[in-house]
Amino acid sequence: MRARVLVRLKPGIMDVQGAAVKRALAGLGFSELNDLRVGKVIDIDLNEPTPEAARARVGEMCRQLLANPILEDYTIETVDDLAQRGAAR
Amino acid sequence: MRFGVVVFPGTWSDCDFHYVVSEVLHQPVRYVWHRERELRELDCVILPGGFSYGDYLRAGAVAGRSPVVEALGDFVAGGGLVLGSCNGFQILCEAGLLPGVLTRNECLQYRCQSSHLVVENVDTPFTRGLRPGQVLTMPISHGEGKYYTDPATLARLKQQNLIVFRYAEADGRITKKSNPNGSLDNIAGVVNPEGTVLGMMPHPERASEAAMGGTDGLLMLQSLLGSLVEDGSFLKR
Repeated sequence: MRARVLVRLKPGIMDVQGAAVKRALAGLGFSELNDLRVGKVIDIDLNEPTPEAARARVGEMCRQLLANPILEDYTIETVDDLAQRGAAR
Repeated sequence: MRFGVVVFPGTWSDCDFHYVVSEVLHQPVRYVWHRERELRELDCVILPGGFSYGDYLRAGAVAGRSPVVEALGDFVAGGGLVLGSCNGFQILCEAGLLPGVLTRNECLQYRCQSSHLVVENVDTPFTRGLRPGQVLTMPISHGEGKYYTDPATLARLKQQNLIVFRYAEADGRITKKSNPNGSLDNIAGVVNPEGTVLGMMPHPERASEAAMGGTDGLLMLQSLLGSLVEDGSFLKR
C-alpha cells in the first residue's frame, strides 16, 4: 500500500520560507499572488493490506516522528484516495 | 562530577565540550555514542551542537528518537542532569524533555555571532553561580533557533520561572534588535520544572577560555561544580 503524507505549518505559524518564495515569485512578476506557504510531501510504501490499516499506521508515524504537533498539521492520503482523485479529474 | 558528551553522526561541538570539561573544568568525561543506553554512572549528560543525522525532517527530530535520547528519560527521572546546547536544545524539545520547538530563524539567515544573554533563573544547578539579571556573552551559531511554543505553555514557563536565558543588549535590556532569530519573548534557554534539564541555543563551550574570546560560558559551567551532594542530588542554589 502506498500513502502520501502532507505536512503543513499550522495556520497562524509564520512561514518564513513561504514568505521568501513569495517575494521571489513577486520579483518574477507574479503580482497576483495573495499567499504562499511551503509544506512537505512524504511518500511511503508500506506492507499493509487495506487503506484503513495503512492510514492507521501512517497516522502513528506522523504522531511519533513525521510532524511536530506544536507547529505542524498533517493529512494522509492512501493510493486509493490518490487514484480516486485522479479518476475524478 | 562525571560527564558524558553525546556524539551523533553530524555532531560538531562534541570535542569542544569534551575539551572544556576535561582540560578547563578538570572533571572526568567520556564520549557517549548515540546507540548507547547505559548512562547510569554519569552525573551530567551533554548534548552538544551540530547537525545530528543531518537534521533531516526537522532539526533534532531524528536524534530526538535515538536510543541514547530514549535512555535520557530514565536518566532524568533518576535525577541526572542534562545540558543541551544548540542542536542539543533542538533535540531535547523534539524528544519532549523540554517544552516548545526551535524553528527556522525569522531572518532566514544562519546566524554565527556573539550574543548577550540576560540570566533570568539562577535556581538551577547550571546557573547557581550566576546573579539574576547578570549579562553573559556567548556565541550563537544556528539557522533554526527561533523558540516557539503555544501561549498556554509560554504562560506556564513564565509563571514557573522556567525561562533561564533571554537575548538582550549588552546592558541587559530586552529589545527586538537583540533578538537574533525571532524567538518568542527573546527566549534563548529554558529548563524543566525540576531544574535538571537545561536547553539553550548559545554555546557555553565556545566561551570557556580567554583565548576563545571570552569566559562567560565557563562561568555558567562552573556552577555545576560542587552542585552534586552526597545523596546524588544536585544543589539548585
